[in-house]
Amino acid sequence: MFKFSNAMKPAFALALVPLLFATQATAADKYSGVGRTATPAEIQAWDIDVRPDFKGLPKGSGSVEQGQVIWENKCASCHGTFGENNTVFTPLIGGTTKEDVKTGNVANLKRNDYPGRTTIMKVSTLSTLWDYIHRAMPWNAPKTLSDDDVYAVLAYLLNLAEIVPDDFTLTNNNIQDVQKLMPNRNGMMRKHAMWPGKSGLVTATPPDTKNTTCMTNCKPAAKVSSTLPDYAKTSHGELATQVRPFGQTRGQGSADAPAAKSAHNPDYALAEKSGCTACHGINQKIVGPGFTEIADKYKGQDVTSKLVTKVKNGGSGVWGSMPMPPQTDLKDSDAQALVKWILSGAPTQ
Amino acid sequence: MAKNEELIPVETPEGLKKPGRIQKAPENFLTTTEVEQVTKGRRDFLRGSFMAAVAAAVTGRNAFAQDASALVDAKTGDPYILQPQTWATTLGKGVATAPYGLPSKFESEVIRRPSPGLTQTTQSSVSFSPLQSMFGIITASGLHFERHHQGWYDIDPSMHRLMVNGSSPEFVKNPKVYTMDDIMRMPFVSRIHFIECGANTGMEWGNVAVPTVQYTHGMLSCSEFTGVPLRLLLEDCGADMTKKFVLAEGADGSAMTRTIPMEMVLNDEVLVAYGMNGEMMRPENGYPLRLIVPGVQGVSWVKWLRRIEVGDQPYATKDEAVHYIDLMKDGQHRQYTSIQECKSVICTPSGGQKLLEKGYYTISGLAWSGRGKIKQVDVSTDGGINWKRAKLETPIQSKALTRFSLPWNWDGKTAILQSRAVDDTGFVQPSYGQLRAVRGTRSIYHNNAIQSWGVAENGDVSNVQVL
Repeated sequence: MFKFSNAMKPAFALALVPLLFATQATAADKYSGVGRTATPAEIQAWDIDVRPDFKGLPKGSGSVEQGQVIWENKCASCHGTFGENNTVFTPLIGGTTKEDVKTGNVANLKRNDYPGRTTIMKVSTLSTLWDYIHRAMPWNAPKTLSDDDVYAVLAYLLNLAEIVPDDFTLTNNNIQDVQKLMPNRNGMMRKHAMWPGKSGLVTATPPDTKNTTCMTNCKPAAKVSSTLPDYAKTSHGELATQVRPFGQTRGQGSADAPAAKSAHNPDYALAEKSGCTACHGINQKIVGPGFTEIADKYKGQDVTSKLVTKVKNGGSGVWGSMPMPPQTDLKDSDAQALVKWILSGAPTQ
Repeated sequence: MAKNEELIPVETPEGLKKPGRIQKAPENFLTTTEVEQVTKGRRDFLRGSFMAAVAAAVTGRNAFAQDASALVDAKTGDPYILQPQTWATTLGKGVATAPYGLPSKFESEVIRRPSPGLTQTTQSSVSFSPLQSMFGIITASGLHFERHHQGWYDIDPSMHRLMVNGSSPEFVKNPKVYTMDDIMRMPFVSRIHFIECGANTGMEWGNVAVPTVQYTHGMLSCSEFTGVPLRLLLEDCGADMTKKFVLAEGADGSAMTRTIPMEMVLNDEVLVAYGMNGEMMRPENGYPLRLIVPGVQGVSWVKWLRRIEVGDQPYATKDEAVHYIDLMKDGQHRQYTSIQECKSVICTPSGGQKLLEKGYYTISGLAWSGRGKIKQVDVSTDGGINWKRAKLETPIQSKALTRFSLPWNWDGKTAILQSRAVDDTGFVQPSYGQLRAVRGTRSIYHNNAIQSWGVAENGDVSNVQVL
């Protein structure tokens, strides 16, 4: 296409645009100067979704063996070596059988006494796992796995679930065949009242509960079927401090609250307030190491300033690959106090 | 004993103070010796005690909550009225002392809280809105509940982009990229809608599990959202509007994806929103851009929205095929359950609270429906045997929270408080018995059963379930 001089451009555009688009929806011209056409490279960079029919799946391959190596380096710290760990996330693997692979329905999902529901028990579509591992894993470094890495990790998981053999290599060519082995592939039901549309995605039904607006003598008695278990009464902290100390009501146990508070070590309270205790137990690892484990490790060493820096800037490698996120909002004085408290054995009282 | 009424602390059996009230119970405040002194006319003792109380009161909230504020002399009255207070007799602070205003320092109890033990990380977790302390229907932006899958970022709006493309090139003639500048030039709408996590009340499917309304129902918020109807952006890109679905995708680590029905886009319900309650969206809620999908569970309201794809098939994303699927009694999962059905809860009085004495209270709560407007809310104080029609506050808007209230004289006896909402489709909120009869007890999602709060004779309110 030949080039217009700058002077000619506006006149040309004004004259031609209505002609070019006259037969189309005028919306495309309506918001003049708003937005621009995406480049093919931009679309390729962001359009990463993979559908159940595997549209969007990039070519590639990965073996169970390769997957195990990646798994142990990048995944096992959260999910466990066999995808069975429940300390950080719900388990991925377990609860399915060879029989489920045949039927496509996970039998344990029918049991009320089966203790948990793993990812492989629930998921019906293999594309879901490929897409999710690719877009969001590893949890602390999403989108850093290559396409072949994703195939390999998925092959390893499928092998753990006894869906594919030890010597299996998953590829874009055989993934559709593996879909036919997914243990819960027939476990999804799309007949209900809770999809907002008539798109054919679900078979719409009327709502499944049918209460009425009875106003008087609606039943002979009100029977309490469940009350808060004793252990749960204090599981959410001091209820006294979770309601305003004025108004219609008070929090339960308000009178005891000040005494209970002062029994806490103030540095422990600071650790709770600063969110440390979400990842660190006093004595045991949660995501990061327990505080007393840290104290033991550095016993007799002058590491206060080193650890303060570590708390502020984050880090990983000392206690496993799960990184400690940087605590940029933490005041220096608080970081000092917390580290000293941890190194002194993290007393709670 | 008339003279014993001169110094009057007001205490409940457990020692909870009610400021500014007069009650005959001197022996709880004065020792026997002191009572004798008062009886003998030791007025100087009284004056000293009174002045000490006033001095303590001006030092801060602890003093406010302590005995001092309970002191009312039956003859003269309340020291907070009789004695000039600091705030009435000295100069206050200047404008813009807090350039972005904050709540009163006395509101420290009113915060979002996580549920201990629910998750093992803070980045893939939930914090719950303090429904027990909120008024009206708008959630203060700083109290909006949080649900993150891979942590949150405060994204520089000058670096944020929204892309619109098609799952096949022909579905969107001109795939485009929009900056925040572009989006904020477009025509906008402002609408009030609730957002509820599909897993709200999920811990209570089988039995009572958590103590307060913050944890039973606090994955619920309601705001005025401002943004561009998604339809306009799709039309601007020349999208094929006959395709049935759009995929929404986030810019965060989890790159959250959810399938949205095109019908809701065509109805102009789905918004690409940047405004929330008059300011920009808070970072925890998706700054600078999030999708608004009214009536649909919160997971579809994709935060840090970076991409919209027009497609002809659903996507079975992680949160449509592993999570946010509803396990039924027969072991099958319902997939693509999205609508938050009609639901309500009493926020005051509610679990973990205490009624200080018999007498008048105003029961107050929230009702909502993902299918439309709230038409009616009924309240029971006897566990659902008899019901009374509650008063609905305005505005009553589609797919928004509606505030209800009912006067209640507590007679000091045990009671079970319940609320039951009806929406404008005629759907009536189910009881636990009705819900479990059709869905069992093992689902995590879409528990909209009637909540019960048991009131004990000592005024303690606790979470209970009635079938």
